[in-house]
Amino acid sequence: MTMTRTLPLSPRRQMAQRALRHRGLILSGAVLLAIVLIAILAPVIAPHDPYRQSLVTRLRPPVWLGGTWQYPLGTDALGRDMLSRLIYGARVSLMIGLISAGVSMVIGTVLGISAGYFGGRVDSFVQYLINVRLAMPVILVALAAVSLLGGSLLIVTMVMGLLLWDRFAVVLRAATMQVRSMEYIAAADMLGATQPRILWKDVLPNVMSHLIVILTLEMAHAIILEAGLSFLGLGVQPPTPSWGLMISEGKELLLFDSWLIMIPGVALFLLVFSINMFGDGIRDVTAPEGRN
Amino acid sequence: MAAPILSITDLTVDLPRGGDRPHAVEGLSLEVAPGEIVCIVGESGSGKSITSFATMSLLPRSLKVSSGRILFEGRDILTLSESEHAKLRGHRMAMIFQEPMTALNPCYTVGDQIEEVFLSHTDMPKAERKAKTIALLEEVRMPDPPRIHASYPHQLSGGQRQRIVIAMALALNPSLLIADEPTTALDVTTQAQILAMFRDLRKTRGAGIMLVTHDFDVVAEVADKVVVMQKGRVVEQGTAEEVLNRPRHPYTRQLIDAVPRRQAEVTQDVSGRPVVLRVEGLEKIYRVPASFGRAAREVAALKPASFELREGETLGIVGESGSGKTTLVRAMLRLIDPSGGQVFVDGRDIASAQRSSLRSLRRDIQIVFQDPYGSLNPRRTIGDQLVEGPVNFGMSRSEAMKRARELVRIVRLEEEALSRYPNQFSGGQRQRLCIARALMVEPKILVADEAVSALDVSVQKEVLRLLAEIRDRMGLSMLFITHDLRVAAQVSDHVIVMSKGEIVERGPIAQVFNDPQHAYTRQLLAAMPGQGWEVPDISTLPPVSA
Repeated sequence: MTMTRTLPLSPRRQMAQRALRHRGLILSGAVLLAIVLIAILAPVIAPHDPYRQSLVTRLRPPVWLGGTWQYPLGTDALGRDMLSRLIYGARVSLMIGLISAGVSMVIGTVLGISAGYFGGRVDSFVQYLINVRLAMPVILVALAAVSLLGGSLLIVTMVMGLLLWDRFAVVLRAATMQVRSMEYIAAADMLGATQPRILWKDVLPNVMSHLIVILTLEMAHAIILEAGLSFLGLGVQPPTPSWGLMISEGKELLLFDSWLIMIPGVALFLLVFSINMFGDGIRDVTAPEGRN
Repeated sequence: MAAPILSITDLTVDLPRGGDRPHAVEGLSLEVAPGEIVCIVGESGSGKSITSFATMSLLPRSLKVSSGRILFEGRDILTLSESEHAKLRGHRMAMIFQEPMTALNPCYTVGDQIEEVFLSHTDMPKAERKAKTIALLEEVRMPDPPRIHASYPHQLSGGQRQRIVIAMALALNPSLLIADEPTTALDVTTQAQILAMFRDLRKTRGAGIMLVTHDFDVVAEVADKVVVMQKGRVVEQGTAEEVLNRPRHPYTRQLIDAVPRRQAEVTQDVSGRPVVLRVEGLEKIYRVPASFGRAAREVAALKPASFELREGETLGIVGESGSGKTTLVRAMLRLIDPSGGQVFVDGRDIASAQRSSLRSLRRDIQIVFQDPYGSLNPRRTIGDQLVEGPVNFGMSRSEAMKRARELVRIVRLEEEALSRYPNQFSGGQRQRLCIARALMVEPKILVADEAVSALDVSVQKEVLRLLAEIRDRMGLSMLFITHDLRVAAQVSDHVIVMSKGEIVERGPIAQVFNDPQHAYTRQLLAAMPGQGWEVPDISTLPPVSA
């Protein structure tokens, strides 16, 4: 048989084409890219040292409230430049988001895929772990762990990484069970593929779209959680510039100098919103059949 | 003849932009008279279902009727409002869907669901509704109607559910019944009963029936008139007698020629050849453990089965759904662990082999699955999937690729197919790729598990021919699992008939078909549709200009 008719594109090209047509994905992707670039280039673009205090120039308002261009977003109660702190704070937020979601992803994916693929006892064990994990309130456990171990960036990140894997495990378990029953898995088995090879070549690529979507959700979740912990004083310790910590430090002056909270608040909102929108976009692009 | 109930004139339904053709249905005209069964026949994508949906005004929103008229009892359906149409639907015209499993709501008893039809279209009192429902259940020949009335869909078999759907459709004595592949999801014995019921209904109810199907044997069984569709156009229509025996259009001829014959094409004597596969007492028992006060149970999915397969032989395994044929194959290949028995290939036992030695044992026996859409990994290129087997067994990738190119040519696709992804192929092409994949490791035995069941007849014919050709060329032995007796008859030398997890009959194909010994085999053979129809030899028909 000849194949003269126009062929549908390969899955990868199709996906790229859908991605380029997806406005939300492009927009949120652009915002994320900008934030990532700002974080990477922080030492180059930050106008001041984020740690340098100056009591003479404390609580200068941002330009649109009558401030000067020397401190475009004003200064905080210790006279530190808000813009520079915001720029360096992006590093902390992104790093925490990436690393803790990454740690969760590894734990949750391994658990979820093995539960879905092997079933039986492995599945019971993983479900037991998931139930144990779901019975623990994340914020309380994180608070307890951080107050016991002390609040450094590393500890906060790891604690969250060890807590946020439940969604990965639950979703990937279900997705893997579905893939497991496909005939191409049986075919690979018949063709002598080893179990690790089947998991790597046949299972993982087919649950990848779920994985990426949850990864973005959990990144946003981790960033918000870190901000919350820092706000409560149990996250990243001062003087590290973290957006949550900046909100926390501004809270006493909320009624007088509200920009101290607004500015990091808006930044945080923008980042989390873009990540979630990006995740939605990726879901639309990779699994268009799941859209309604 | 009475005036038609339904007359469709010049119907055109547009496809959304970017489809493979501009119209789903183009310039279609047909008529259905009272007491008449009109069959719309065509392969997948021919627009036959769209026609029935348009008549019911159930088209998906992306499809628009761009021209034509659908006159039903003198009114043009296309000009009716949604609410006027809802009044007609279920009342004057009713539809029967393909899948009886999903057409009923699992939350209500079937009695309630039938009564619902009366409730929404009439103001009948409750007692009368119930009496009418029971009468309907009797009419569709359900055993013990009061008990069925109180049953939930999951308590009924597929055939029973389809009868409930038919009862619902008949509830208000519609003048037009539209049935979209009503028997495709059913076993052949159930299909025979449902088709017989359609024939009776035509007489007792005097309704017109529009039956959409892909199966010419079903057409031969029930049709008064036949409409053949190809790519959205009617290529031929006429009385059943005319179209079936003296088809004029080349496409109709091609379709009828592809209908599996009820006898073997070539029979060969294989008794003297060496045995390549010996299955002894293979069984599979599922144990349901005791829980919450319920005692443990054992379910025998496969009772001890034994058979032999000789070199170059094709052994058909025939049975209806639930007969245990798939369990037999899966247990034989150790895709599920058998509860007992042995499977010898080359004198080595697969059933008791360690996981580690299983790999090399399976090399000799490969399988082609039923679902052409689920048996190729959508995320890997064809080439990558083809070389998987040989590479796992230690061949170098470049050598395996060379072999893949050769095999792709043997299954009549082009070499460039190797760099493509599965979504770029049609069902038939995918099935050929699956065959190529199975042959990559040079097996001695090829198992085809319903390998052609999901394909259109003309594609089915091609794939069957390809399989026979490959078998002879490579000296393969084949196990051919199917629910379709006609296909089994066409390809097999010997056949095994299975029922309820047990082998009930075996023997050379001609013997089993002409002189069946077991009651179940006889029942199966009697239920084959289209027995009154001798498929005409297309080559003897007078040529016509296309």
